[in-house]
Amino acid sequence: MKKRFNIAIASGKGGTGKTTVAVNLAVVLADLGKCVQYLDCDVEEPNGHIFLKPDITSRSAVTVSIPEVNEEKCNGCGVCASICEYKAIAVIKDKVLIFPELCHSCGACSLLCPEDALVEVDNEVGELETGESQGIRFAQGRLNIGQIAAPAVIKAVKEAAQDCDIVILDCPPGTSCNVIEAVKDADLVILVTEPTPFGLNDLYLAVEMTKALAKPFGVIINRYDIGDDEVINYCNRENIDIFMKIPDDRRIAEAYARGDLVIKSNEWLNELFASLWDRIRIYLEKVSADHNGDFEKRKTEAGT
Amino acid sequence: MKEISVISGKGGTGKTSLVASFAAFAENKVLADCDVDAADLYLVVQPETIYQESFSGGGKAEIQEDQCTDCGLCLQQCRFDAISYPPSQNGEPAQIPWVNPIFCEGCRLCARICPVEAIAFEPAESGLCYISKTPYGPMVHARLGIAQGNSGKLVSLVREKAKAIAEKESRDYIIVDGPPGVGCPVIASITGSDLVLIVSEPTLSGRHDMLRAAELTAHFQIPTLLCINKWDIHPETADRIEREARQLGILPAGRIGYDPSVTKAQIHKTSVASYPDSPAKKEMHQVWENVIKTLNKSETG
Ligand code: SF4
Ligand code: SF4
Repeated sequence: MKKRFNIAIASGKGGTGKTTVAVNLAVVLADLGKCVQYLDCDVEEPNGHIFLKPDITSRSAVTVSIPEVNEEKCNGCGVCASICEYKAIAVIKDKVLIFPELCHSCGACSLLCPEDALVEVDNEVGELETGESQGIRFAQGRLNIGQIAAPAVIKAVKEAAQDCDIVILDCPPGTSCNVIEAVKDADLVILVTEPTPFGLNDLYLAVEMTKALAKPFGVIINRYDIGDDEVINYCNRENIDIFMKIPDDRRIAEAYARGDLVIKSNEWLNELFASLWDRIRIYLEKVSADHNGDFEKRKTEAGT
Repeated sequence: MKEISVISGKGGTGKTSLVASFAAFAENKVLADCDVDAADLYLVVQPETIYQESFSGGGKAEIQEDQCTDCGLCLQQCRFDAISYPPSQNGEPAQIPWVNPIFCEGCRLCARICPVEAIAFEPAESGLCYISKTPYGPMVHARLGIAQGNSGKLVSLVREKAKAIAEKESRDYIIVDGPPGVGCPVIASITGSDLVLIVSEPTLSGRHDMLRAAELTAHFQIPTLLCINKWDIHPETADRIEREARQLGILPAGRIGYDPSVTKAQIHKTSVASYPDSPAKKEMHQVWENVIKTLNKSETG
């Protein structure tokens, strides 16, 4: 299978325009003739479907494995409860109690039960949907309400990616485990931010996370004219590439509110997003000049 | 003492700006910033830290190179792909496997099964929890370390500390700035709260995320109110969100119009409450009054 080029769109802070960038970039790339896969990894609040309006052709449950007790074999020794680091098992009066919402599916209890009395069974935590939207391959995950296993759902979404040139991963906000699961296979990370103190604080955290994962990255400043210059100053100081600046424009806000793709109703935005792809290519050339051939090869295969 | 959690489902709806104003309106309260992933409240309430402690979300495994025999068992069994052979300086893969601390979930399985006991497992510091003095009263906040998991546990710690202060100092309210989403940190922020306020925005995404957040508060049976921020960006959608919320038993606590002084306040490191003529200030004040009214009603009824 051909190596896909994975672009993760992330942001430390929510509501900065991450999904706007992800869906519009996906459409611009498809218009340029690329084979694009869009993955909505924001499984707690997936919103990409509102804009891409895909035809969903398949649905499946996402499950994780949790232990189940075979009462006949269990002698109530309590080993499982003592080894579970997440307190997902308790043994009370020789009876094993399992709390699925605390279980991390590590498999320790079933592997280490001396009586071999624990088996792993599937527990549904979310849903995976795949389909198509105007030539773009679409997949999204949805965490079931009350569940915590968002990373498992994100993993299922990533595994649903089909063979294509470019994969756009619309990531959850923040910098913790969900985001890391979404970003860890990315070849490039785009961090979307706003020029405000909150935007800067959260951008800083997102940059640190991206660096910890050793990913090449650049920044998009949305509503660049609403705040101050601190984000730009920070990027300049840290030598961070700014891929694009999107102005604060009522037409963008309205298109977003309605669930429309902004590039479709605004020619100038279409051009702005097309030039984003140019900026990304220039950046990739710069990065690959500093790196070895592997990155070079994947980039060529992405058709850049 | 009453605990109010402000959440949003969707990020960026203005939740923290609203909490910062509540901080100015409410009397005798403790602030708790439970958005530990993107803790921004401290930027606008001028905190002076008086206490801090480190937080451990659990342990992490570490392979002792001199003891490892490279049997490969841990690699096979780790469910989180945290163990690999990292490329060494000369480009060749290393001889001994290595645990990537970013991916290690701290389940301890590897350390338990290693036949030569070559894997150490120690609690790892994954964040800091602070108690600060602010002009608005005490605040508990935290910072999750870069690329650290288990934010739910840190959220619980922040709430615990806030509660302890509220009890000791007989404070009337705890105001919680919650995280976005519906996953583990949000659940940790709202369970056991007296009231949840969902801050939404009049967009289809805002509506979608409000419905998910509403489902979550219903799941935990927590009384919930709704506030629509920047409602005038799309009045029809604002109406629709309120209508749908009502059907779910969630009453509106008020609307806030688009007001540039909200961003201005943030840039000046304060809340809109310090802008006496700002329309958003008055509207936010009304929201707070409604929150209090609902809390008092649930007390008597
Ligand atoms: S699988 Fe792991 S987390 Fe789940 S109950 Fe067993 S030991 Fe605990
Ligand atoms: S403690 Fe668990 S998650 Fe961490 S490396 Fe060992 S097996 Fe993997």
